[in-house]
Amino acid sequence: MPGRDVESGVMQLESMYQEIILDHYRHPHHRGLREPFDAEVHHVNPTCGDEITLRVTVKDAGGEPAIADVSYDALGCSISQASASVLTDLVIGKPVSEALAVSDAFLDLMHSRDSEPDDEVLGDAVVFAGVAKYPARIKCALLGWMAWKDATARAVSSLEVED
Amino acid sequence: MTFDVAAIRKDFPILDRTVRGGKPLIYLDSANTSQKPRQVIDAMTEFYERYNANIHRATHELGEEATEAYEGARAKVAAFIGASEQSEVVFTKNVSEAINLVAYSLGNSGRIGAGDEIVVTEMEHHSNLVPWQLLCQRTGARLRWFSVTKDGRLDLGQAGDLINERTKVVAIAHQSNVLGTINPVSEIAARAHAAGALVLADAAQSVPHGLVDVSSLGADLVGFTGHKMCGPTGIGVLWARRQLLEELPPFLGGGEMIESVWMDHSTYAAPPHKFEAGTMPIAEAVGLGAAIDYLSDLDLTAARAHEQQLLGRALAALCDIEGVRILGPAGTADRGSALSFTVKGVHPHDISQVLDDAGVAVRAGHHCAWPLHRALGVQSSTRASFYLYNTMDEVEALADGIRTAQKFFGTR
Ligand SMILES: Cc1ncc(COP(=O)(O)O)c(C=O)c1O
Repeated sequence: MPGRDVESGVMQLESMYQEIILDHYRHPHHRGLREPFDAEVHHVNPTCGDEITLRVTVKDAGGEPAIADVSYDALGCSISQASASVLTDLVIGKPVSEALAVSDAFLDLMHSRDSEPDDEVLGDAVVFAGVAKYPARIKCALLGWMAWKDATARAVSSLEVED
Repeated sequence: MTFDVAAIRKDFPILDRTVRGGKPLIYLDSANTSQKPRQVIDAMTEFYERYNANIHRATHELGEEATEAYEGARAKVAAFIGASEQSEVVFTKNVSEAINLVAYSLGNSGRIGAGDEIVVTEMEHHSNLVPWQLLCQRTGARLRWFSVTKDGRLDLGQAGDLINERTKVVAIAHQSNVLGTINPVSEIAARAHAAGALVLADAAQSVPHGLVDVSSLGADLVGFTGHKMCGPTGIGVLWARRQLLEELPPFLGGGEMIESVWMDHSTYAAPPHKFEAGTMPIAEAVGLGAAIDYLSDLDLTAARAHEQQLLGRALAALCDIEGVRILGPAGTADRGSALSFTVKGVHPHDISQVLDDAGVAVRAGHHCAWPLHRALGVQSSTRASFYLYNTMDEVEALADGIRTAQKFFGTR
């Protein structure tokens, strides 16, 4: 929409590229593909060719599945790289149901331009609120999350098959 | 002669607007879609306000006027590209549809079968690649392609092997939307014709600069798209020799493309109507006609010289920035004004975001030429493209923006 933003330019850039995002981009967490894993997926952003290969390992945590590890290898922009890194911090160790709630909250954050993000659920991921203002970049921020959701669904169903 | 960019800019209302909190718009994305002059916008408004009606089937004054304007646009297109007959100009939705029309129609004609070969190039836009992949899947024909050299030219040394008695179609970009490379269509067409193959040129990037004269280009079929040449979206063109259009079967069926219809079969109208099923984008055709009037009233040779100056300056300015790699020819010879590049350590999306923040609109990604990016060993790139309304200052803003991005991401 014309004239949506009235802040000054520098402010706009910095509202998107928060320091935390740049930190994760420069020093990504949990990066690299690790063994063993229960599911591996490869997702691509067809508009720019960014891609991610992501693995999920699940474990049994007192009768309910939990995320044991998420490892990944990705090619992409600062937003997609940082988002994947933040994701791993947020979901590793969490019960799958809780981790899915985080990813739902992240999706909501990306799709509503002015919601008040819940930092208790989203942790560091709240800094991506600025990205939601740029529709073209939302897909970048979601690349890792969509891959993680897909891989987790597969990992959980493989767990159920084994049972 | 001097080319008065300031005067031209006044014709494009959008160039007055600001973006991202008050910054003047610097539009360097014309290879994606060009901006529209007032004359085109007015012509379309006038159509809707004064003589909107369906064409060819309305028996009233408005219908006559609308039909005249639509067919008048066809005549303008024909003249602009040097076609010998208006009936050689088929309106489509865009160049993608024009190419699909050819691929489907050729497939249905029975001219292509197993063992036949279709030749494309590694630098094609997906629009001039995927329709041929689909045709090969339907017919069992084999898809082959020219590779691209390191400096962004076609490897013509492969022509002898690629173009042979099995070749049925050679489909190539006249000008690459990524590299800017202008391909030697007539040279390739001469070989293809000697082998009995048809030649299609994707001229989406060359027609907007007035570079196409179909009588000398050498191609049998030429496609282009209205929205890259100051015209509206929703209208494209397929040009082909009259005889070929007569031989080819229809693509889409429906109203206006028929001669007579029975319950179990139909006969078809003569070209170009044979290929124009259903109500066409009439206002868009009128808009394209106005765009052609606009371009024809300019000195397009001077406009091209101006674009070449911008390109030359941009090539030099980007060459001077450490970490920048220019994709495609390093000089301006046989090269149009699309300029794609990578910046070491900064992703194209991030470059374009920083540029956007400064009001500079460019494109980031693979620009619908994914195989080309793979061949060049880059995942994606940023593209700036210049058109007749761009200025030297805008080129400087591009270079400044790239340096800002390098600073912002800490690579310089
Ligand atoms: C060389 C080339 N071919 C085909 C196309 C597709 O054009 P359209 O989307 O209008 O069909 C484009 C532009 O996007 C192009 O640059």
